[in-house]
Amino acid sequence: MIWVDTVLQGVLLGGLYALFALGLSLVFGIMRLVNLAHGDLIVFAAYLILMLVTLLGLGPFVAALIALPIMFGLGWALQRVVLNRVLGTDILPPLLVTFGLSVVLQNALLEGFSADSRRIPAGWLETASLPVGPISLGVMPLLTFLSAIGVTLALQFIFYRTSLGRAFRATSDDPVTASLMGVKPASVFAQATGIAMVVVTIAALYLGTRANFDPTTGPARLIYAFEAVIIGGLGSLWGTLAGGVIIGVAQTVGAQINPEWQILAGHVAFLAVLLVRPRGLFPRAFD
Amino acid sequence: MALLETRGLTAFYGDFQALFGVDLTLAEGETVAVIGANGAGKTTLMRSIAGVIRQALGMVRFDGREIGAMAPDEIMALGIAMVPEGRKLFPSLSVEENLLMGAHRRKVAGPWRLETVYDLFPILKERRGQPGTALSGGQQQMVSIGRALMSNPRVLLCDEISLGLAPVVIRDIYAAFPRIRETGASIVVVEQDIGQALKVADRVHCMMEGRVTLSGRPEELSREAIHDAYFGAAA
Amino acid sequence: MAAHYTVTTRTTASQIAAAAALVLLAVAVAVPFIASRSLIQDLFFILTMLTLAQFWNLLAGYGGLVSVGQQAFVGFGAYMLFGGAILWGVNPVAGLLLAGVAALVLAIPTAFFAFRLQGAYFAIGTWVVAEVVRLSVAQWKAVGGGTGTSLPRDARDAMWGAGWIEGAFDVRASEARDILTYWLALALAVATIGGIYWFLRTKRGLALAALRDNVGAARSVGVDSERMKWVVFLVAAFGTGIAGGLIFLQNGRISPDSAFSVIDWTAFVIFIVVIGGIGTIEGPILGVLVFFALQTLLADYGAWYLMVLGALGIAVMLFAPGGLWGLLSGRTGVQLFPIQRRLNRHD
Repeated sequence: MIWVDTVLQGVLLGGLYALFALGLSLVFGIMRLVNLAHGDLIVFAAYLILMLVTLLGLGPFVAALIALPIMFGLGWALQRVVLNRVLGTDILPPLLVTFGLSVVLQNALLEGFSADSRRIPAGWLETASLPVGPISLGVMPLLTFLSAIGVTLALQFIFYRTSLGRAFRATSDDPVTASLMGVKPASVFAQATGIAMVVVTIAALYLGTRANFDPTTGPARLIYAFEAVIIGGLGSLWGTLAGGVIIGVAQTVGAQINPEWQILAGHVAFLAVLLVRPRGLFPRAFD
Repeated sequence: MALLETRGLTAFYGDFQALFGVDLTLAEGETVAVIGANGAGKTTLMRSIAGVIRQALGMVRFDGREIGAMAPDEIMALGIAMVPEGRKLFPSLSVEENLLMGAHRRKVAGPWRLETVYDLFPILKERRGQPGTALSGGQQQMVSIGRALMSNPRVLLCDEISLGLAPVVIRDIYAAFPRIRETGASIVVVEQDIGQALKVADRVHCMMEGRVTLSGRPEELSREAIHDAYFGAAA
Repeated sequence: MAAHYTVTTRTTASQIAAAAALVLLAVAVAVPFIASRSLIQDLFFILTMLTLAQFWNLLAGYGGLVSVGQQAFVGFGAYMLFGGAILWGVNPVAGLLLAGVAALVLAIPTAFFAFRLQGAYFAIGTWVVAEVVRLSVAQWKAVGGGTGTSLPRDARDAMWGAGWIEGAFDVRASEARDILTYWLALALAVATIGGIYWFLRTKRGLALAALRDNVGAARSVGVDSERMKWVVFLVAAFGTGIAGGLIFLQNGRISPDSAFSVIDWTAFVIFIVVIGGIGTIEGPILGVLVFFALQTLLADYGAWYLMVLGALGIAVMLFAPGGLWGLLSGRTGVQLFPIQRRLNRHD
């Protein structure tokens, strides 16, 4: 029974990792951009929610709702002002610029909020749990996982059922021809990053309510997110969700064997998948 | 007054000059063919008009407006649609989604919408759900033309639509042109296939090495004159 | 009259630079005779960072391999030096070679995994490997596990050459070790720059430059890009491992967090290369000086210092992708380490 519990907890934890990863997956799928500041942006959003909660006395979910448009705007502006300038065939400039952004963000947070670890208070929800047979599942982990499924569905809908999603896919295929259809790639990319930041904010809500975070928490989240994306297959949203779950389960199983092995087990699972399926579990037909 | 006009159009790829002062006019409702060998600058001319090549100097005027400095999406929104060389369908989009992309920005009521495009090329309706790249070359070309029509353009730029297609397929595609002309669109056809070009065009420009070497009505031009303009007088 | 052609890579500036470099090297060797201990420590820091920067530049600037996991090789090399000294009594100076070889061996499976990832994902792939190595080393109880350890006293005392320096300079043992590690760092930096410069001028090195400029074209003239990537990655790991060993030999203490720090051994190094000028040998040299000046000026401001550094890196990438050296060289045409061969005509 302990193993069933362990795996279930891992699946739910995987929902959190999937939320970390979905924004990264979206941006990569559309503009082949790997944002090394992705993890730090999640932490930044967590501080934003924390500020709204503590300064305005809001509940965490209402605070996240307010943070959503703010983060969308920040993502949009980041893409418009900085990242669009460095997109191109050379992968070096976007990597270095986002790496620089990561360092700037971490240290700005350090300056603003000190190195103390924080947590977004969620009241009774923090400890609430649902008994499922002999196992008890935390309400927050359950909400996290359901949100991950919800975000995947929503992104899937945007991608395949709306004219914006059509423009995303067309621009990803061929930006020059897309511009002949009246698409402005710079603006499409800005909207994509804005949407990615909305996902980042949702991820931040659960990151911040479930565990402590501090300004240096970001890079590790980036790595989990990245692993989930690669395991799932680049550009596949459901694959990313599956990748998150695999990392989550590997971590809880590893921790069950030896608590010190939790993180290591996740990385090892990633390397194992990379060894067997270099293009991930659900690779796109073409790239 | 001409609907579309270029004067002294000059274009570069890096240091390489591809166009040397090209003058072209297109009247409302007219079809103009631009013929010439590979590398004569025909595609460059189309791409410069559409705004894809930003290193173009000289004047491009559309409906009384200078458009030379505009971005391709803005030019497209004014009503100049392009059928690009190589068809350039979006591989992640289905046939129908490819067509819908044509009307992504410019949503103008007019003769062309999904039903009328399917009417023009019935085979596309059967294949509407398939990925564009699963189609034959000729069918892909139909999608590319239909996609450009979806914006109800005032000017349709067709770049090398017969390239790589079998003669019977080319004939089928050109059979659609009278119906496109009937709707009032002005058309520029860039072709290496002189025969097709002369059949549909009101006027013909022949290009060689980045310059227009011969212009006139198809019936006025002798085979010899075209041959010289196409291959150079010495050939 | 027939014209004669000769092919040279030398320029007037490069000849002056070569002469100046020899003088500078002589001065650098002699520094311990006159300088204070803190200056020697500063110079040690500059030289080791310069070495790391040159190797990262070889990877990213010439090889197109943007690694953010070089801390794996710094840390693993350093840990092998400590492990060798603690477990098997390897002399720390000889342990430097062990550090390099260990990093080289680690680079083989790292490359095997990371090369499966395309482009930008390669970067994070190397970072994952570095994390795996950090977490694994933290399980190695003999070298202190997660908390780390110090270099044992007898290993420190046994360092080759330290005793001689102690007598010759009439200094305390700790100061003698600083002088020894400084000389080693100087030798390593000179060997690194000389070696990379030599390599870039060989046929293979030119092929590497061709590969950076255009993979397709380079392949069409017969450059084996996969093999070049392996060579560059392994060489960079070897040198980075030695530098890592040396840094922690001088430090005397090691822990997983310090040895595998992505900020210290990768972020700083990247900023040095980017600010100085990526894809040139001169760039990292200029970059490390700017970096040291900034650190000296802003060290008291903690987080602000890193923010300035990060912002400067972003600004350079956006507005002057060639870095400071690119600006300087573009204005004046000066090249200290010319690589292109030029055709000279003599009538």
